[in-house]
Order: sequence, then C-alpha cells, then structure tokens
Amino acid sequence: MDSKKLSQKIRLHSLRMTSRGESSHIGSVFSMADILAVLYAKILRYDPKRPKWEDRDRFILSKGHAGAGVYAVLAECGFFPISKLDDHYKDGSDLSGHVSHKGIPGVEISTGSLGHGLSIGSGMALAAKMDDFDRRTFVVLSDGECDEGSIWEAVLFSSHHRLDNLTVIVDYNKIQSLASVEETLNLEPFKDKWESFGWNVNEVDGHDHDQLESALQSIPFQKDRPNCIIAHTIKGKGVSFMENQVLWHYRTAKNEEYAAALRELEKV
Amino acid sequence: MRDAFIRILGEEAKKDPRILLITGDLGFKVFDEYSQKYPKQFLNAGVAEQNMMGLATGLALEGRIVFVYSIANFPILRCLEQVRNDACYHQANVKIVSIGGGFSYGALGISHHATEDLSIMRALPEISVMAPGDLWETEEATKTLIDIPGTCYFRLDKSNAGYTNKDLEKFEFGKARCLKEGTDITLVSTGGILNEVLKAYELLKEQNIHCRVLSFHTLKPLDEKSLLKAAGETEAVLTIEEHTVEGGLGGAVAECFLENGVLPRKFQRIGLRAGFSSIVGSQNYLRKIYEIDAQSIAEKVVRLLNSDRPKMAPNTISNK
Repeated sequence: MDSKKLSQKIRLHSLRMTSRGESSHIGSVFSMADILAVLYAKILRYDPKRPKWEDRDRFILSKGHAGAGVYAVLAECGFFPISKLDDHYKDGSDLSGHVSHKGIPGVEISTGSLGHGLSIGSGMALAAKMDDFDRRTFVVLSDGECDEGSIWEAVLFSSHHRLDNLTVIVDYNKIQSLASVEETLNLEPFKDKWESFGWNVNEVDGHDHDQLESALQSIPFQKDRPNCIIAHTIKGKGVSFMENQVLWHYRTAKNEEYAAALRELEKV
Repeated sequence: MRDAFIRILGEEAKKDPRILLITGDLGFKVFDEYSQKYPKQFLNAGVAEQNMMGLATGLALEGRIVFVYSIANFPILRCLEQVRNDACYHQANVKIVSIGGGFSYGALGISHHATEDLSIMRALPEISVMAPGDLWETEEATKTLIDIPGTCYFRLDKSNAGYTNKDLEKFEFGKARCLKEGTDITLVSTGGILNEVLKAYELLKEQNIHCRVLSFHTLKPLDEKSLLKAAGETEAVLTIEEHTVEGGLGGAVAECFLENGVLPRKFQRIGLRAGFSSIVGSQNYLRKIYEIDAQSIAEKVVRLLNSDRPKMAPNTISNK
C-alpha cells in the first residue's frame, strides 16, 4: 500500500468528517496523518477480515481527540465501508469525536481522556511477553498528553519490565490545547527524559515517510528496552493556513475555508 | 477476609493459569506463599495506581483474569477514570480488590477510611459490586469473580462475621442471603459490619424483637426481590453499612422500594452521616462513636419501632 496516498486520504476523509459533523481537532489529525499512514501501510500486521485475529499487532491512539484519523485509516484499510465515515459525530452515530471501539472493527481501545493509552498498551505488551507471542504494540501519544503523570508511570513500568515489543510514537507538534508546549509545560529535554527512564529513542521528521518507516522497521532498537519515536510534526500539516495554529485544535473548516483546505489537500 | 481471599485465589490460580494478581505495592507478607507458588501469576505494579488499572485492562483484554489488589480508596479513587473508561467501558475482566472497607484502617486517618467507595463504584456502568459479610461469602465470592465476566469491585473488610453458612448452602451472585428468618423487622447489611448486625439481632431477640437479617454480599446487581418481600412481611426495614448513607446500600434499597412502588412501613438508613472522621481509632471504636455498632443498631431499631413518625401504609403507591 502506498503510504503517501493513504496519508492524503486520511487527511481528506478527516477534513470532510470534521467539517460535516462540525467537530474539532483537525489540526491534531493532520499532524499524525503520516504516522498513521506509515503504520497501516507498512508496519502493522492486521487482517481487516479478522479484526480480532490473535496475532495482529495492537495499535492504540492515546490522543483520542484525533480519532477521526483512525476511523479514516481503518475505513481505507477495509475494516468497514468508507461510506460509514459520513456518520461521524452525528446524532446516533457510534463514530464519536474521541475514538471509541464499540461497534467499530479495528479500533482496539477507546480513549479521549489523555494519559490512558500507554498503560493499556503496556498491559497488552506484557501479556504478549508472558504468552510468548511476537505481536507488537504501538501507542501514539500527543505531546501535551505527556503532562499527565500516568504517562510517566507507564514509562517507568515498561522499561522495568523490558517491554521491547512496545513502541511509543509521540506526535510532537509542539502545540497543545491553549498555547505552545514550551509556554505551557516545557517537555525539553524531551529525548533525555525518555532515555533516562530506560527507553531507546529515535527522533524523526514525522512527515517524512521514509524516516518513519525506517525507524519503525528497526524495532526493537535494542533488546529488552521499549522504543520511543519522537516524531517532530507540524500541527495542521497539509493545509497552509492551519499549520502551527492553536486555532485549528478547535475550529471546524466551513464554506470557503473548507473549499480552500480541500483544494490544497487534493493537489498533493 | 484478606487471608480467605488470598487462600481461595491461590487454589483457583493453580487450576486456571489465566488468573493474575497485581498489587499496588501493598500486602506485606500477604502474598509470600502465593507469589512463590505462582510467580508467573503475580505482579507488583509499584505505587502507581493509574498505570496499574490501565495495565490491568490491557492484560485482561488479552485474556487474563486480573485481580488488582490495594487498600482502602487507592485502587478506585486515585484511578477512578481508569476504572471507568478503561476497565468498565471495555468490559475488561478486572476484579478490583480493596482490603480495608469502612474503618478497617480507622486509626490511619481519613485517607484510609473507605467510606464512599460503594456509592461511587455502584454509580459506574457495567461493573458489579460485592462486599462480603463473612468468611464464607468471601471465599465463595472470590470463586464467583473468576466466573462472572467483566469488571467488579470487591470490598473486603478487617472485620467479618465468621462462617454463617448453613450446610450445603449454595452461594448465588446477586442474591442476598437470609441469615435469620424473623418477621418483626428486617436488618439489611452489606460488608463486614454483618458481625455487628448479628450481635444486634441477639440483643433485640432478648427484647422479643425478631429480626430478619439479609446479607447483601452483592450490592450491584441488587437483589430487589428479597427487599420487596421484606417490606411486605416485616414492620420496618433498616439498612446497615460502614459507609456513608448517601448512595450506598441504604440509597440503593431506598431507590428499589420507591421505584417498585413498595414502601416498608418504616425505613431507616444506618450508616455514616457526620462527614469526614478526623477522629481516629480502631474499627470497633469508630463504630461506637458513629453509632453503627451492635448496641447502637439495636437502640435505633427500638426507637424506630416506638417512633410515631408517620407510618407509611405498605404497598400503597398508586402506580404499582
């Protein structure tokens, strides 16, 4: 599968979904669209016909507010009809603004409150170790989410238990809910923090598919150590007027904005 | 109760490799035998309850029956959102075991008083809530937890009523046990305070008041049938819990009566009403201070029976 085409489709679907449903977080979806595309096109082991296949890799979106991106990638990968995406955020829909697993094949875990996904992923990775399965667990975190103490509880736990089958990808777009990460709660030196907790860290351009694929293909970076990929990203990536703007954590693209965004994304 | 729980869990763990016990760095010496016998079925998650609950969910979703052990409020309040969003919403096979219901750790202060746990836990969707009153109920409930799917809160207590089971008695999840068959009034109990309730039963018997005693080892789902029967057959219903009266056993029972259009002639919730207890002391001491000990229960029963508060005619809600 072509990861570039997939990332374009994730962005297009997500733009349509959030615009039709008038939901937020399009900037957060766009910043991780390339990460999702590389994972689903090149890395993850799955079978859309058997979403509960035991040997599948586990994927958890811990930054659940970007759930539209997960629904989009799952639909594109054949887990459910693309037409279902039209229901997103509508009355009576099971495609909630924050990602939910109920009734949605392929969604492993429901999230929405930040700081939950990594602990669950640690449990899944530990279970695989205990049962001697070679399946892997991937968790996408936001940078703002790393303010949560529970993240660091899980970081500590995962290295103590040598979960080299666990990979975190931090969507480090440097912008959180109200302001920049630097202004809110500075995470730097971010890489050092992960390393000091016993993780192996690889920093990549989170929009460069080759870099992402190469990092993800080399997992585990080191035996017995969990893997962290700090993906440097741009919030709102792909639509010029959304890039690096806090506003697009919340704003819905309507009318002219929607048409302009669509034009830019279709051009790629 | 703790020892009964861990003994039965060990017996079950031997038979069922899916069982995994996770402690939040508590239980000094308690798990020595278990962890030596079943090292692959034991894990200390450290002092990190939020992670522990998420972790338990992940492990449960991968096929394990996870018992998460800690004391008092730690495994539920510190990580309440993980209990709700992670364990309950995913219907994960996570059994949250809290040792130290009520004032079990009374002398340690309010951080260790588990006095709102039942109401908070029963408010969550897709969870079962159990609080055994004696050792037999503890043993049987432990086995039951392995069989019933989904998330459960299991409140254990330092006090207990010994073994109150009859020969060949069968334990039923979600079904209250009738320990005494009296017809004057009904004492409805949950948790280890059952021992005070049974003592109150004896005190009242001396005064020729014959109590029915119901032990609600399962608070959710609630055995409404036993309650409605008691309301019809006895003069008064009193609920007794080492817990706030707001939303726990007393609240659940009151809801049951009103919604079913069945009113007991007289009704009282015995429990904690005084806010936080900044006073510390042993479980027995605090029970006396807050008037939930046997003597106080018996006195409240007598006062209620003698009170001239308006009697509610039974079974008279018109929409029934």
